Amino acid sequence: MAYSEKLLDHYENPRNIGSLDKNAEDVGTGLVGAPACGDVMKLQIKVGPDGLIEDAKFKTFGCGSAIASSSLVTEWVKGKTIDEAETIKNTDIAKHLALPPVKIHCSVLAEDAIKAAIADYRAKASKKDETREAAE
Amino acid sequence: MPDAFTYLDHNATSPLRPAAFDAVVEALRAGGNPSSVHRVGRTARARVDSARRQVAALIGARPSEVVFTSGGTEANNSALAGAGRRRMLVSAVEHDSVLKAATGMEILSVQGNGIVDLGVLEKSLAASDEPALVSVMFANNETGVLQPIADVVRVAHAAGALVHCDAVQGAGKVSVDFSGLGVDYLSLSAHKFGGPAGIGALVVRGGAPFVPDRLGGGQESNRRAGTENVAGIAGFGIAATEARSGLATTEWRDHLEAALLEIAPTAQVYGAGADRLPNTTCISMPGVRAETQVMALDLAGICVSAGAACSSGKVTRSAVLLAMGVEPAEAETALRISFGWNTCFDDIERLIAAWRDLYTRVGYSDIGHAQAA
Amino acid sequence: MNAIAQIRRNDQPIYLDYQATTPMDPRVLEAMMPYFTYKFGNAHSRSHSYGWEAEEGVEKARAQLAKLIGADEKEVIYTSGATESNNLAIKGVADFYKDRRSHIVTTVTEHKCVLDTCRHLEQEGFTVTYLPVQQNGLVDLDVLRAAVTDKTVVVSIMAVNNEIGVIQPLAEIGKICREKGAFFHTDAAQAAGKIPLDVEAMNIDLMSISGHKIYGPKGIGALYVRRKPRVRLAAMIHGGGQERGFRSGTLPTPLCVGLGEAAEICMKEMDGEAVRLTKLRDRMLKGLNAKLPEIYVNGDLDQRIPGNLNISFAHVEGESLMMGIKNLSVSSGSACTSASLEPSYVLRALGVEEEMAHTSLRIGLGRFTTEHEVDTAVGELVHHVTKLRQMSPLWEMSQEGIDIKSIEWAAH
Repeated sequence: MAYSEKLLDHYENPRNIGSLDKNAEDVGTGLVGAPACGDVMKLQIKVGPDGLIEDAKFKTFGCGSAIASSSLVTEWVKGKTIDEAETIKNTDIAKHLALPPVKIHCSVLAEDAIKAAIADYRAKASKKDETREAAE
Repeated sequence: MPDAFTYLDHNATSPLRPAAFDAVVEALRAGGNPSSVHRVGRTARARVDSARRQVAALIGARPSEVVFTSGGTEANNSALAGAGRRRMLVSAVEHDSVLKAATGMEILSVQGNGIVDLGVLEKSLAASDEPALVSVMFANNETGVLQPIADVVRVAHAAGALVHCDAVQGAGKVSVDFSGLGVDYLSLSAHKFGGPAGIGALVVRGGAPFVPDRLGGGQESNRRAGTENVAGIAGFGIAATEARSGLATTEWRDHLEAALLEIAPTAQVYGAGADRLPNTTCISMPGVRAETQVMALDLAGICVSAGAACSSGKVTRSAVLLAMGVEPAEAETALRISFGWNTCFDDIERLIAAWRDLYTRVGYSDIGHAQAA
Repeated sequence: MNAIAQIRRNDQPIYLDYQATTPMDPRVLEAMMPYFTYKFGNAHSRSHSYGWEAEEGVEKARAQLAKLIGADEKEVIYTSGATESNNLAIKGVADFYKDRRSHIVTTVTEHKCVLDTCRHLEQEGFTVTYLPVQQNGLVDLDVLRAAVTDKTVVVSIMAVNNEIGVIQPLAEIGKICREKGAFFHTDAAQAAGKIPLDVEAMNIDLMSISGHKIYGPKGIGALYVRRKPRVRLAAMIHGGGQERGFRSGTLPTPLCVGLGEAAEICMKEMDGEAVRLTKLRDRMLKGLNAKLPEIYVNGDLDQRIPGNLNISFAHVEGESLMMGIKNLSVSSGSACTSASLEPSYVLRALGVEEEMAHTSLRIGLGRFTTEHEVDTAVGELVHHVTKLRQMSPLWEMSQEGIDIKSIEWAAH
């Protein structure tokens, strides 16, 4: 099993490792996968007032391909709107990293992780709106 | 001592080619289990993959069709078991590893020249509706007679039968074209053409049914379990490449046979009327038992054989010659001479001289004994 | 040991995967060399001296191997490796005695080739009892005793497990089998040459051995088949009738010679080597424990061959760890199944949670492992486990005191 240069680079020098405050209103957190399946990804996005994703962080328990997939995704989402970020497809990730067929599920998980983070952010935002409306 | 010997028993086993030897030793030193994902394992895997391409190229198959086995005997056994056909038709001159691989086989008789009778095959196949497996060897180990495999395939496939071909004695000696012949299964052995002993292959046509009889770790794409014999495989690959570029011609064999027939005009060359391997001569020395010949020639520094070496050393009457209609007493006087990659013309001259000496000394004198046996 | 220089060049990774395969001992290669070159005869060619020479080599090796396990040389059959030996032993006796006995006992932690063979026999009408193992990986003798009946033809229990290195109580198992009249087959691929084996004292009727696990060549193995009382087998490979009809096919003389030589070296050096490897293994474990919290050894540490460690590094996925420690050749799970993503069935059988099974590495030490290599390996492991834990959401949660089991994970 030979891995691509890009994959190895992301594995060896992962971008944006870390955590954001999951309770903050402008942070969306996605936690996908399962320890029993051998991979868990936590992906967080911080959305600025202008609606652009200004920061993204990840932590991943999983194989090198899973780590590289999540690292890549944090790079890709930064500077995008959440609608744009939502259009990232697992096939794009798999293609960029040249994932071997047995590792395609890692890219699927990374796509799930962004979607989950966005969903979490949206849920918080609509709750905030409701609270605001209720207050007004 | 080794230099003094003339080895003309390549159909029993052929010495390892130097390039194959180097590949074997290199792989033995490097180690590694091809199933391991780390670097040492991947290097071993690369050796196996490269050899698979080399072996496939020798016989015109796709690399994915090559399944490495521990040798020709295993390949024959697993082909016959793996095809999943209970009805099996095999030629009377097959190697024991085919004839004894299953019980209740139908035996196809051969003609006087050792060749399978296609009419018999067609008729036998038509006798039952049960789907069959036909097993006919590429070249005979004792006589070198080549079978008309393409015709066998045509007749067998027309009747819905699968075809296995034991090409252990053909591959590496004459051109064998797996996809051109259209056979479903083909057996190979490395040590018959200068590769190491302990390694062979079963070539399984893509799409042909195959149920492995040995279960375990899923190696060889689930077709043959067990850690790969990496060094053996590497040597097999190199030997295949070398054999491919150095196939023998019939010149020396014809010279040898002409010389021996001149010494003993009543000697019989078996399968003379058929297409044969260019490296094999099976010839009788009138009145002299093969055992006597082999011992006398051994004392003269020449290694040859009386029939197949696989019968655990027992010198038995050749079933192959009997199937060709040779009288038992005469069959006991048949000697097999087989050349290989390191044979030189002097070896053949030496054999001719020693054969002449022996024949002049004991020719005919041994006949009473032979007949009594 | 100057052999090391020949085995490992500086640019090669440190080999710590001795249960997958062992490097060839240069002395073994030395013994094989003549049989590759000028002693190239077919051991079955009885008519000329090339054949005799080859036969002599093959028979000497058979005696060397027999000695290693306390057997008579007539009881040793060459095969192409332990997979074939296991297939032949189990299918062979099952087939031969099928009219009288139709039950097989084995354990859930056997090598794949034993389990697959047993599953195949189930389809053919045999009943198979798959015994569980205890948390330490060892079979419970009372459970075994209860499972063996007068219908049991063979009990197949491996001597040493390939993943966790635990040694089964062979003598006790043999005794139970003998009492019940069942044959005892043991897959000793990982045990031969590493721990003392005695087919008489242990009442072993069939034993599988592999060349490449004892510093010999690949493509060769052996099956011990008891003669008194006689064990009968149906052969799997038919043909020239070599190996007393149990296994046809031309014997690969150099490989047989290598197997014999490897056996003899193992026998001579076994005691000293066991002491040396135990010391190295303890050093490694101590080194890891000193720097890394939450690591767990899988399988019994005492009833274990000296050259094996199987460790779970909590919250670090095994494959990613392997990718990091690229200067170390180790294995996550068994080599035969490591191409698949399933966690090890052996660890699962010990009751190791799936998430823990995903964090395990098998580290195999052997004849050419040095103290320096062990220290380097410890350093690499500590560095990469620490790095990957910094990256692991599970490690973060556990540090925060969150119980990972309390989270509802989506299955995928």
